[in-house]
Amino acid sequence: MKRGLFWRYVAAIAITVFFLFPIYWLFIISFKTPDEIFSFPPKWYPGQIHFGNYAVLFKDGDAVTVWNSLVVAGVSTVLAMVFGTLCAYSIARYRTGGDNFANWIISQRMVPPIAIVFPVFLMYVKLGLVDTYLGVILLYTAFNLPYVIWMMRGYIQDVPKALEESALIDGCTRWQVIWRVVFPMCRAGMLATAIFTFIFAWNEFLFALVLTRTEVTTYTVQVTHFFGGQSNFWAKISAMSVLGTLPVFIAVAFMQKYLVRGISLGAVKG
Amino acid sequence: MTIATATLSKRRAPVGERRFKYLLVAPAIFLLLAVGIFPLIYMLVVSFVGIDMMAEDWTFRGLDNYKAAFADARLWQALGHTLLITAVALPLELLLGLAMAQLFLEKFPGRQIFIALLVLPTVVSPIVSGATWSLMFDNRYGPINQVLGWISGKEMPLLWTIDPTLVYPAIIVAEVWQWTPFMFLLLLAALSNVDKSQLEAASIDGAGYWTTFRRIVLPAIWPVMAIALLIRGLDLFRIFDIIWALTKGGPGTMTETLSVFTYIKGFTQFEISYAAAVALIIIVLLTVVVTWALKKVQIAR
Repeated sequence: MKRGLFWRYVAAIAITVFFLFPIYWLFIISFKTPDEIFSFPPKWYPGQIHFGNYAVLFKDGDAVTVWNSLVVAGVSTVLAMVFGTLCAYSIARYRTGGDNFANWIISQRMVPPIAIVFPVFLMYVKLGLVDTYLGVILLYTAFNLPYVIWMMRGYIQDVPKALEESALIDGCTRWQVIWRVVFPMCRAGMLATAIFTFIFAWNEFLFALVLTRTEVTTYTVQVTHFFGGQSNFWAKISAMSVLGTLPVFIAVAFMQKYLVRGISLGAVKG
Repeated sequence: MTIATATLSKRRAPVGERRFKYLLVAPAIFLLLAVGIFPLIYMLVVSFVGIDMMAEDWTFRGLDNYKAAFADARLWQALGHTLLITAVALPLELLLGLAMAQLFLEKFPGRQIFIALLVLPTVVSPIVSGATWSLMFDNRYGPINQVLGWISGKEMPLLWTIDPTLVYPAIIVAEVWQWTPFMFLLLLAALSNVDKSQLEAASIDGAGYWTTFRRIVLPAIWPVMAIALLIRGLDLFRIFDIIWALTKGGPGTMTETLSVFTYIKGFTQFEISYAAAVALIIIVLLTVVVTWALKKVQIAR
């Protein structure tokens, strides 16, 4: 038994090293001086922690793309949560539209983004919405709606109907039932769904690549701007990537409990 | 319908009820239609005319763009590349994820910390993970060639993102690295829910490991596994970010997938009408597959 445990640890550590090493590499490159980045053979750890690469991002104005990501992901998350949760309530409680409607919603989630963004781009060119916050936020909101509806439908179904019953009998209006009974009961689920929605929008690349030029470029698009024909700006690529990745890691650390349900579209209630 | 809903819906007049439930879905539906359906109709129109970089030609051309698409060897190759990546990466992610889930199924000290750390690749933005792997694969300053050099005892300046024999392994490694933890998490949750008493009964009856796995474990985890495969399969079918960061579809058009091909046609070569036709073909194809798959896999419980 003891020996079994030993080998289990060996395997667990080996696997974890494989999956974490690339992230470690990304992080340490962002703390290396340019000389260290381009030294051969490569250095496996930085001589000292050096924040110069981050300073350059702020000095050159690249860091503003993180702000753009925050605005776009934040606003679209709030909108998707409001509209999506109301819609989810209707579907969960009244079976609005039946199974076909619910299936249509989830199939919207599965259409390839390139096929969604191409017509949207053509439309936006006509409407002057390319490279505007409004344009990107609208698309992100619509794209994340099916996810919010689907997840919130599940969480709302978990709220006992009897509670709503008694609230109605006590004289609450339907809006009050939603606001005072349903929302508080699935607050944790709502928070988890909102955080996932935010992460999806935050990490999104293709829509932003197509719909932004200079004004509302998000951090994911900015990372690819540092790829050059001759040489890549590794320092900037890594520092920018870390700026975009760290918030996600922190968010995920706080929601281990909802992680599996969140990424499996509610199929597994961890 | 349970008794509770029946009474709930009797509380108000049916008309008010109906208005209320449609009022709730209206904003969401409006947005989905505005951003989803109207542009789609617009794109359908565009796919029947001849807009490109040179001219905004709105004369009706019938099915010319569709005929051109079906005759385009590059499009078929892109479909082939997409299916190849899916066919290799999906089973790899499943098997590795399953093996890892087995390893972490039993409780041992520190298990939760390992699991929390193993999640991280999956939540990294795919474009960032592509960038990370291009750092890893760098021919001179990347750690992979360095390690290969130690093993082989001589310098290994392999051009992972340029050499035609190495680009696919590079893409698959990055893809499998990012999404195996996804499979792992879902399968771990599924395995933890397998009925322990059945497993005990099987071991008392003297069933071997594989028999138990095939007869008891697999049927129990199949619903979750099917959903995991569906989600990942569809994601792989539309793969874009990792390839964009690693190869941009190159060398030449060797790693162009459907998404990359459509992007290049539409946004770098500006064959607008042609790309519209291709995008519609992809939508139709995917809708058929998704509808079929959703019927098979009861994601809705």
